Amino acid sequence: MTALAWLIPAALALGCLGLAGFLWSLKNRQFEDLDGAAWRVLNDEDASDTPLSSAKPADGDRDA
Amino acid sequence: MAETLTGYGAVAPVTRPQEEPRAATLVVENMHCGGCIASVEAAVSTIPGVKSARANLSLKRLTAQCDHSVSSQDLIDALKRAGFSATELADGAGNKTTTTGYDLVPRLGVAAFAAMNVMLLSVSVWSGAEGDMSPAVRELFHWLSALITVPAVAYAGQPFFHSALQALKGGRLNMDVPISLGVLLATAMSLFQTAKGTHHVYFDAAITLLAFLLFGRLLDQLIRKKAEGAAANLLGSRITTATVLDENGHQRRCTVSEVRQGDRVFCAPGDHIAADGVIERGASELDESLISGETTPRNVTEGDQVYAGTTNLSRPLTIRATAKDSGSLIAQLTRMMEAAEQNKSRYVRLADRAAQLYAPLVHILGLVTFAGWMLAGQSWEAALTAAIAVLIITCPCALALAVPAVQVAASGRLFSRGILLKRPDGLERLAEVDTVVFDKTGTLTRGELQLDGGNYTQEVLAAAAALAGSSRHPYARAITAAAQTQGLSAVVDAGVTETPGFGLERETAAGVERLGSAEWAGATQECDTVARLYYRDAAGNISTFTFADDLRDDADQTVSRLLAAGLDVQLLSGDRPGPVREIAGKAGIADWMAGCKPDEKVEHLARLRDAGKKTLMAGDGLNDSPALTAAHASMSPSTAADIAQTAADVIVLGRSLAPVADTLIVAKAAKRLAMENFALAITYNAIFVPLAMAGLVTPLIAAVAMSLSSITVTANALRLKYQNLGMSS
Repeated sequence: MTALAWLIPAALALGCLGLAGFLWSLKNRQFEDLDGAAWRVLNDEDASDTPLSSAKPADGDRDA
Repeated sequence: MAETLTGYGAVAPVTRPQEEPRAATLVVENMHCGGCIASVEAAVSTIPGVKSARANLSLKRLTAQCDHSVSSQDLIDALKRAGFSATELADGAGNKTTTTGYDLVPRLGVAAFAAMNVMLLSVSVWSGAEGDMSPAVRELFHWLSALITVPAVAYAGQPFFHSALQALKGGRLNMDVPISLGVLLATAMSLFQTAKGTHHVYFDAAITLLAFLLFGRLLDQLIRKKAEGAAANLLGSRITTATVLDENGHQRRCTVSEVRQGDRVFCAPGDHIAADGVIERGASELDESLISGETTPRNVTEGDQVYAGTTNLSRPLTIRATAKDSGSLIAQLTRMMEAAEQNKSRYVRLADRAAQLYAPLVHILGLVTFAGWMLAGQSWEAALTAAIAVLIITCPCALALAVPAVQVAASGRLFSRGILLKRPDGLERLAEVDTVVFDKTGTLTRGELQLDGGNYTQEVLAAAAALAGSSRHPYARAITAAAQTQGLSAVVDAGVTETPGFGLERETAAGVERLGSAEWAGATQECDTVARLYYRDAAGNISTFTFADDLRDDADQTVSRLLAAGLDVQLLSGDRPGPVREIAGKAGIADWMAGCKPDEKVEHLARLRDAGKKTLMAGDGLNDSPALTAAHASMSPSTAADIAQTAADVIVLGRSLAPVADTLIVAKAAKRLAMENFALAITYNAIFVPLAMAGLVTPLIAAVAMSLSSITVTANALRLKYQNLGMSS
């Protein structure tokens, strides 16, 4: 019983955290362009300030 | 390009100090991959005054925040330089489609989250009920369920509550009334029972039900949004650039929506007229087939009224844009459309019609249960519990899912065939259609003239094609096309001169060759209504060419399929009787009317309606728009005039006419499936309502029954995706 008393609220709180994350991403219009988002991952232009993006994109690879 | 920018600078609006950036939305049709996104955004971001640009690949649109000094045309030009064809989104079309739909997702998220957690607790309670779960733990779980469910229902149920309230205020009943009642009563009673510490707690059923219904409604909305978005993109993908002349005669390019009253608009041959107006300078011929259904061009000269959307064929024109005054053709058509809309009785959707029978029945059943238990000498509490159990069980989860699920499957299937279903109730109205009324030009026919006969030799055709090659007149183009298909090489002569309304002429060493009207060629006019062109060679020999607007390739097949399906097929055209009779004969339509003005079309449809017919109007012209509005259901090809496309329930892509028959097949199959689903839902009710009335329904049975029936109807609806319906391949 004592275990339930803290386990269930903890589980619910974690779930609510996930829900809040989902609602936040929705509000930030992250689901507006699912096709585009899949491609933007491959775009390193705006990543130039991080050390990982030294490779130049090869345009030919992108054509679907 | 430099001219564009300098020309624009002369009339740029004065920048106000606290000016907000404006948002411009463009349709970029040929954007396909990540590379495209990057180039599109880069191309626009480099324009001075553009704050930010974001491309949406799913919608194929670009939204840019920019200063007011940047016109949409600047953005379009920049994109064109980068290799993308962009157009401005038609007015209002974009805003309407982006705001709705996303309201349901957070509600569904909350409902689904709550449903999963409550189910977890409920399953523990059910499995522990027989075993070692102490009443204290059970009570804790019930309270936790209440804690999750009550706020979730209050938030996620709002779309249903609002709609139910509105219906009740209007003295109507819709499907949302029994849904809201069921959900609210289940929640309230569960709360009451939780406080009392009994096991009649239905939180799980209430919230699962909401999640299911929201899911159905969201799917319905998303598929429609997709169709609406595609239709809006289509509408935007017209040539929407206008060339405006300022006082000094400088040209400035802008989008059509930026043309103001009093602007002088320049229109080159071959371009669409950008705005309604009066011709200030020039004389030419206009292709007005989209407006009047007439394939023969109209000669216009200074002082004549011209309409946006028509095509200038032979000579440059300068037009003074006029206001949309109440006397203009467009305004008249708009008034007719409004009148037709008002005369049309409000269509009540299938689910709501079912609800009008269903809701009173359910509520009476609840009352009967309550009364029965009271008469049997039970306590009022037990009686109320049983009555509410009846309402929960009959809560039309399956019924409310039955229609949207079918709708989604059907719209998806149509969408994949290039048929865009725009209206939510369009499919249901299409299923009732028993009469199909076609417009002629551009709907049954291709909307372009073809050479179909005459008295000429191959050499004459080649010579005529050499003249015709320099003209955009539909007759001339038909000759060029015919020469090409026959493999004749026609060298286009640069020395050809065109006299609007008469014809073409060139001087050769042998003499003057002329192609044009009888008068122009010096021939005698033949007294019939056939579209005809005369050619006189240098020696003075006369040859003739005749033209006809031919049927679409599959028009006669489609008509015979419709007739075979037991539908009445009619042809209503604004064109002259001769061509209409011929086309009707070729297509196999016995019932035709020619020379119909827009209001006569509406009257004809009203007569059909009064005779109890449900009509499908298929048309593309501006003159068809009131008829499209007046008909029970309506359809337009994607080449149709803007107003017609906006008025139509369904937009069809491509050059084929088969989608008319296909859409009706799918609509009828969808209705059949919806009816099957109703039958399933009623069967389910017939089994569980007696149990509920007898007080035998436990929360476990309620939850299982609810989910099972929802899954059954959804699965049944999905069959539509795979059924062989005998559609054209």
